[in-house]
Amino acid sequence: MSIPKISIRDLNLYYRDTQALKNIDIDIASNSISALIGPSGCGKTTFLRTLNRMNDLIEGVRIDGTVELDGRNVYSPDVDVVSLRKSVGMVFQRPNPFPMSIYDNVAYGPRVHGIRKKGRLDEIVEASLRGAALWKEVRDRLFTPAMGLSGGQQQRICIARLLAVEPEVVLMDEPTSALDPVSTLKIEELIRELKHKYTIVIVTHSMQQAARVSDITAFFLDGEMVESGDTGMMFTKPVDKRTEDYITGRFG
Amino acid sequence: MATRQAFDRDLAEVQQDILRMGALVEQSVYESVRSLAAQDSVLAAQVIINDERVDEFFRDLEAKIIGLIATQQPMAKDLRVVVTGIKILMDLERMSDYAVDIAQATMCMVGEPCCGSDMAEILRMGRLAQRMLKEGLDSYVEGNVEKARAMCALDDQVDYIFDHLFRALTKSMEENPAFVPSGAHLLYVIRYLERIADHATNVGEAVIYQVTGERRELN
Ligand SMILES: Nc1ncnc2c1ncn2[C@@H]1O[C@H](COP(=O)(O)OP(=O)(O)OP(=O)(O)O)[C@@H](O)[C@H]1O
Ligand SMILES: [Mg+2]
Repeated sequence: MSIPKISIRDLNLYYRDTQALKNIDIDIASNSISALIGPSGCGKTTFLRTLNRMNDLIEGVRIDGTVELDGRNVYSPDVDVVSLRKSVGMVFQRPNPFPMSIYDNVAYGPRVHGIRKKGRLDEIVEASLRGAALWKEVRDRLFTPAMGLSGGQQQRICIARLLAVEPEVVLMDEPTSALDPVSTLKIEELIRELKHKYTIVIVTHSMQQAARVSDITAFFLDGEMVESGDTGMMFTKPVDKRTEDYITGRFG
Repeated sequence: MATRQAFDRDLAEVQQDILRMGALVEQSVYESVRSLAAQDSVLAAQVIINDERVDEFFRDLEAKIIGLIATQQPMAKDLRVVVTGIKILMDLERMSDYAVDIAQATMCMVGEPCCGSDMAEILRMGRLAQRMLKEGLDSYVEGNVEKARAMCALDDQVDYIFDHLFRALTKSMEENPAFVPSGAHLLYVIRYLERIADHATNVGEAVIYQVTGERRELN
């Protein structure tokens, strides 16, 4: 691998007395898609949230180790968390558009970051909606409420909202678990497309989804990263027996 | 998470059926060569009838495996077992076809004079090909990579005998034109046996893949 986009070393995380992440080491390449898999409660969401310091918001959390983004530890004291979250954005399990129009949802981030000119905002909104493969479906109703869209469209609005602030890394926590199969496939296609511009880390409970979209798969169990590697290899010849048991559905 | 007992049972059943099919094909290869040696057209006919049962196994197993892929989406070891199953299935089916080809050659040759020393050598080649198939199936049952590798190495001997026999047969035909009708058939027969041995090495490679995940050409 050339210089990794994200490089994680000896990462440990505790929720008060309970350790939720144990000695995680992994490098994530630029413009790659990494899938995190593992049983419920194994620490996938926790791990994802360490990448843009979302866990900082939770009381009693203690973190040691390093998470380097382009060679710079995101946990060093001089890091501006707001700009970190701008470059490392997140899409959640349930689409959570704001109760405002499609346009205002997408323009929200750029406005927060100080862009006010209508012409510039129009450009960003269109480019972001195109980036989220949604432009054609919504261009005639940009000023209607985002809540009126289907679940799959709402999820793509959330993706567009994220793209509007020009992130470098996109984190997705089970982004299709609330969607029907067609919307799911659309999002998956979109993810493959986004990889050309962004580095993507996705949590999923669907082995098929991990196999379909990702380049690298990492298997978590009880806060440990048991194994990570080329997705094709992980799904044909995993090294660790625990990975084998999990992906063949013989776990526990 | 639930364990996958029903799936495991189905997989085991498929593997059992592949072995049953394999035993049939082994018998066909053996008897095709025996029918040739004994110039026995009744035995040859038996091989042809056997092939229908092999084809039945093939269609049935193919459907079962496609069903497993469609409904269970096997991964990791399961995926390798399923893929190996399909590969072996196809190789067995081809081998049975070659046995039929040999049986048909026998039928054409009954009563034709042929060179005894060439025939002895062809029988040796036939036994070797049949042994490869047997050991390939044994390695499949046992998941035995070493046995599979050792079996694949025998393919060189088969190729050597093929080259040797090719020259010997053409020479016999040159020296005694009465051998030409049978000799022409026997040239085909040695080609079929050589192909059977190749398919046996495919079985060996499939076993190695199933066990180790390595894909390698051994012939
Ligand atoms: N805010 C919190 N306070 C205390 N413990 C927490 C908190 N969030 C998560 N945990 C615990 O940390 C562990 C990892 O949780 P996490 O949400 O990261 O798992 P997950 O792999 O994302 O699970 P799921 O697949 O169900 O989303 C669990 O044992 C969980 O109970
Ligand atoms: Mg989670």
